[in-house]
Amino acid sequence: MTDLTRLTAAELADRLTSREVTSVEVTQAHLDRIAAVEPAVHAFLHVAHEEALATAADVDERRAAGEDLHALAGVPIAVKDVVVTRGLPTTAGSRILEGWVPPYDATLVERLKAAGLPILGKTNMDEFAMGSSTEHSGYGTTHNPWDLERIPGGSGGGSAAAVAAYEAPLAIGTDTGGSIRQPAAVTGTVGVKPTYGSVSRYGLVALASSLDQAGPCTRTVLDSALLHELIGGHDPRDSTSLPDPATGYVAAAREGASGDLRGVRVGVIRELQGEGYQPGVLARFEESLDALRGAGAEVVEVSCPHFTYALAAYYLILPAEASSNLAKFDGMRFGLRVEPSEGPVTAERVMAATRGQGFGDEVKRRIILGTYALSAGYYDAYYGSAQKVRTLIQRDFAAAFEAADVLVSPTAPTTAFKLGEKLDDPLAMYLNDVATIPANLAGVPGMSLPSGLSDDGLPVGFQILAPAREDARLYRVGAALEALLETSWEGPLLGRAPELAGGAA
Amino acid sequence: MSTLSRDEVARVAVLARIDLTPAELDRLAGELDVIVESVARVSEVATPDVPATSHPLPLSNVFRADEPVAPLDRDEVLAQAPAAREGKFLVPQILGEE
Amino acid sequence: MSTTTHVDLVDYDDAVARFDPVIGIEVHVELGTRTKMFDGAEQSFGEEPNTQITPTSLGLPGALPAVNGTAVEYAIRIGLALNCSIAQSCRFARKNYFYPDVPKNFQTSQYDEPIAFEGFVDVELEDGTVFRVEVERAHMEEDAGKNTHVGGATGRIHGAEYSMVDYNRAGVPLVEIVTKPITGAGERAPEVARAYVQTLRDMFRALGVSEARMERGNVRADVNVSLRATPESPLGTRTETKNVNSFRSVERSVRYEISRQAAILDAGGSIVQETRHWHEDTGITTAGRVKSDAEDYRYFPEPDLVPIVPDRAWIEEIRAALPELPAARRRRLQGDWGYADAEMRDVVNAGAVELIEATVAAGASPAAARKWWMGELARTAKQQEVELADLPITPAQIGALQQLVDAGRINDKLARQVLEGVLAGEGDPEQVVVARGLGVVSDDGPLLEAIDAALAAQPDIAEKIRGGNLGPVGAIIGAVMKATRGQADAGRVRELVLERVRA
Repeated sequence: MTDLTRLTAAELADRLTSREVTSVEVTQAHLDRIAAVEPAVHAFLHVAHEEALATAADVDERRAAGEDLHALAGVPIAVKDVVVTRGLPTTAGSRILEGWVPPYDATLVERLKAAGLPILGKTNMDEFAMGSSTEHSGYGTTHNPWDLERIPGGSGGGSAAAVAAYEAPLAIGTDTGGSIRQPAAVTGTVGVKPTYGSVSRYGLVALASSLDQAGPCTRTVLDSALLHELIGGHDPRDSTSLPDPATGYVAAAREGASGDLRGVRVGVIRELQGEGYQPGVLARFEESLDALRGAGAEVVEVSCPHFTYALAAYYLILPAEASSNLAKFDGMRFGLRVEPSEGPVTAERVMAATRGQGFGDEVKRRIILGTYALSAGYYDAYYGSAQKVRTLIQRDFAAAFEAADVLVSPTAPTTAFKLGEKLDDPLAMYLNDVATIPANLAGVPGMSLPSGLSDDGLPVGFQILAPAREDARLYRVGAALEALLETSWEGPLLGRAPELAGGAA
Repeated sequence: MSTLSRDEVARVAVLARIDLTPAELDRLAGELDVIVESVARVSEVATPDVPATSHPLPLSNVFRADEPVAPLDRDEVLAQAPAAREGKFLVPQILGEE
Repeated sequence: MSTTTHVDLVDYDDAVARFDPVIGIEVHVELGTRTKMFDGAEQSFGEEPNTQITPTSLGLPGALPAVNGTAVEYAIRIGLALNCSIAQSCRFARKNYFYPDVPKNFQTSQYDEPIAFEGFVDVELEDGTVFRVEVERAHMEEDAGKNTHVGGATGRIHGAEYSMVDYNRAGVPLVEIVTKPITGAGERAPEVARAYVQTLRDMFRALGVSEARMERGNVRADVNVSLRATPESPLGTRTETKNVNSFRSVERSVRYEISRQAAILDAGGSIVQETRHWHEDTGITTAGRVKSDAEDYRYFPEPDLVPIVPDRAWIEEIRAALPELPAARRRRLQGDWGYADAEMRDVVNAGAVELIEATVAAGASPAAARKWWMGELARTAKQQEVELADLPITPAQIGALQQLVDAGRINDKLARQVLEGVLAGEGDPEQVVVARGLGVVSDDGPLLEAIDAALAAQPDIAEKIRGGNLGPVGAIIGAVMKATRGQADAGRVRELVLERVRA
């Protein structure tokens, strides 16, 4: 019998539709896989056995009754713990929210539930999505299925690892500076950060409101397209939500899979390669460019001179917005409450004690930075100047998209580093995001997909960027490259990952 | 070299309502420099003629109709509160409030 | 803990004789929309605690704001009524400060880009003086929840005092209206402050943007006061008295601060820039707590909301639909009614504008309507110590009464008796006339009999009249009126007397 956990979401959807398998079987297979490999991977903070199976049974029943169901009905999914789920604990990886059970669902969760996707559980992440390694989780680190001694990327290491370890065919991630794309790159999976406003932010525990965007984490480009169409589209509860319908992504992915890219102009961003990039990363990148050329694409070089300022602008914008967004965690209405060890018990002191104990180091660090950047008299010079850099980066993108239909770069400069290796060096950690941050600052969509293994045998990610609201281009070019590379590899890259102990199929 | 003093970190920590240990204050005093460096960096190009971008995609006039939605269930919400009484959230007294 | 210390005060008249007071007023009005400013939680007064909450108004993780379009329209209405310019583009900002009744620990407000700015309000004082108050800005924001301190032993848990928080009010839409420094009011500063707040209250009601009930806190005022040696001196240090919630308190608190600050300055001290609290019971202000992080609100543009760019056509539509404001209405009515300034002022101060308007609508002339309401009825109200509007008589009844007079069916003297009957609950004027048998004698027969009797009784007067001296006619008329117990039309009597003597 086929191992159901090895199938893609699209394949599962087909078998469910044709009633070859039931959702309960599919969901149970994934729960079994989770039970087997979680001790090694630790991708999940909470596994929702009963709820997932109940949803699966309900979908099976409705299908049997002949009800018209969503294409992905019955396909299980994992949800990053930064997304609010009614009745399921939601912590955003922080101790300050330990045990919090939200009384409402994020819009994207409502859509998952309405479409009948069993939610397998909540995935691990850096606390409040601050980090690039998942080492800043308040609940232990997640391990990269390719090498358990290495990071799975971050902040959404849990979602990427769950998908890479066949614990879930689909997962939800969020991307503020690369938290979907960089984990995808280092785990050999696909991750998409949609155009800002494509997927509702209502119900995402906010990190940086003007940068955050939720998106799909999957093993194939088509699966990402399927999930993006499900969770995307306008939401009146998010004022920054675009009015555009989320359609055309699946069609674009299917079109791209034919491998024909004639007439497509691919722009290589000069500033996102060279120094600081591993030779193996660059070699895989060049090979992918060759593949694109082979499919008829025209590859040109473009320059985005202000991308070198992106990191500095990001350092100012993210902490500033985060310091304000995280002010609500004060021990008054929900979550942890800590009383000061001595002295009077006043609201002020309880808030400070709660936040001092409940937040981890990285969170405290960024809140302090952000509070400082906004405090008396600094706003214009700090946050205000950083917003000007956003304008310059948008202009760079606009100019580059005159010369090319999509832009490309390696997703991350290196493959997965070892756990603990950069934990004490925040700057080195941030450099991981250098290629992914410009898309967040400008609001444009980006995808990472596998482009092969580096010299160290670890996966390398290939990033595709498209103009705002042109997410379909990611799916077309991504699906084409995926098809070309998988042909040359004679199968998916993940097929080369080592078997996990306890998880032998 | 740290341009921001430990006192400055302590002041900001009060604003941010976070109790920091002496060791944390020392460590963060050095790390605030990243902000100063970033400012210097963006200042190279953030000239007065460049407009600021606050939203990645320009939208305006997004309004909601003045129509009620179902409220949250009070019991469900208060069950998640650290303390509650008589349908209200129980919080430590605010300093100086009568 | 509050400490009570002796406070020196300078006599008010003495203080304003030697110092020039400058005031500034911030008025917050809760808008009467169905739902809150940034979410669909219903808002109404007096509901069970924490029953009007959504993830957004409770500041739960993940929740986002969405602007109530009706609140924006109301804010524009207010801005236009304040003669303000409406912003081409404006936005919300976050005002960051930690407080348990502020669920997100920031208030979503407007900071450097208010929706309305640079306006004015003409405020009419009781003696009719019109004082122009310049308005700096009007901006939108959200209200906070309500804290209730739990006092005594029950409020202590682990030795600490506790408060209980109800978030029903959190997120209720507010418009804050900020004046420029109000100078030149001199000794009348307290009166100007009161009249300004009252004018705004009336305006909010007329605009239909708020019930504007002071006692419910729908309208709240923060009053800034400072003193300077002369109108030419630079502005002095100000204090801000928070949440002064009745018209009377606005006036009293300004008077108090002027007296208090004068005493400090007289003693060679300096005024501390601080927030003060008004105590209605004792009529004093006390210093609020000095917050260490006050003034460092770390404002930045609210990234969860997009700019508001009011369409010019929309603004003009709102402007065209604005109801007539109280001051303009008073001007219009005064013109229509032909009252002198002093007459109109008395009418306004007596709260009789609506009553007279309705009386005129019921068929009385403006002069007659004013005569009744400001005369007989005003005296009655004063005697009974009630408001005019609370007298048991309607404008329609006054209108009917006056029509009886105009038709000659009763005269003024009878009319007063009819009025008495109506006030006594005897029914409408017509019913009182019938019940009391007060109709004017309109049949000439009985009148001629009475005239003949009067002429016969006073032959010398009859002789004079026949001789062409009409002076004494009144004596005959008076005798006839007496004989008919007032139920005669004096004009008709006069005509008949003259006919008789000439016959």
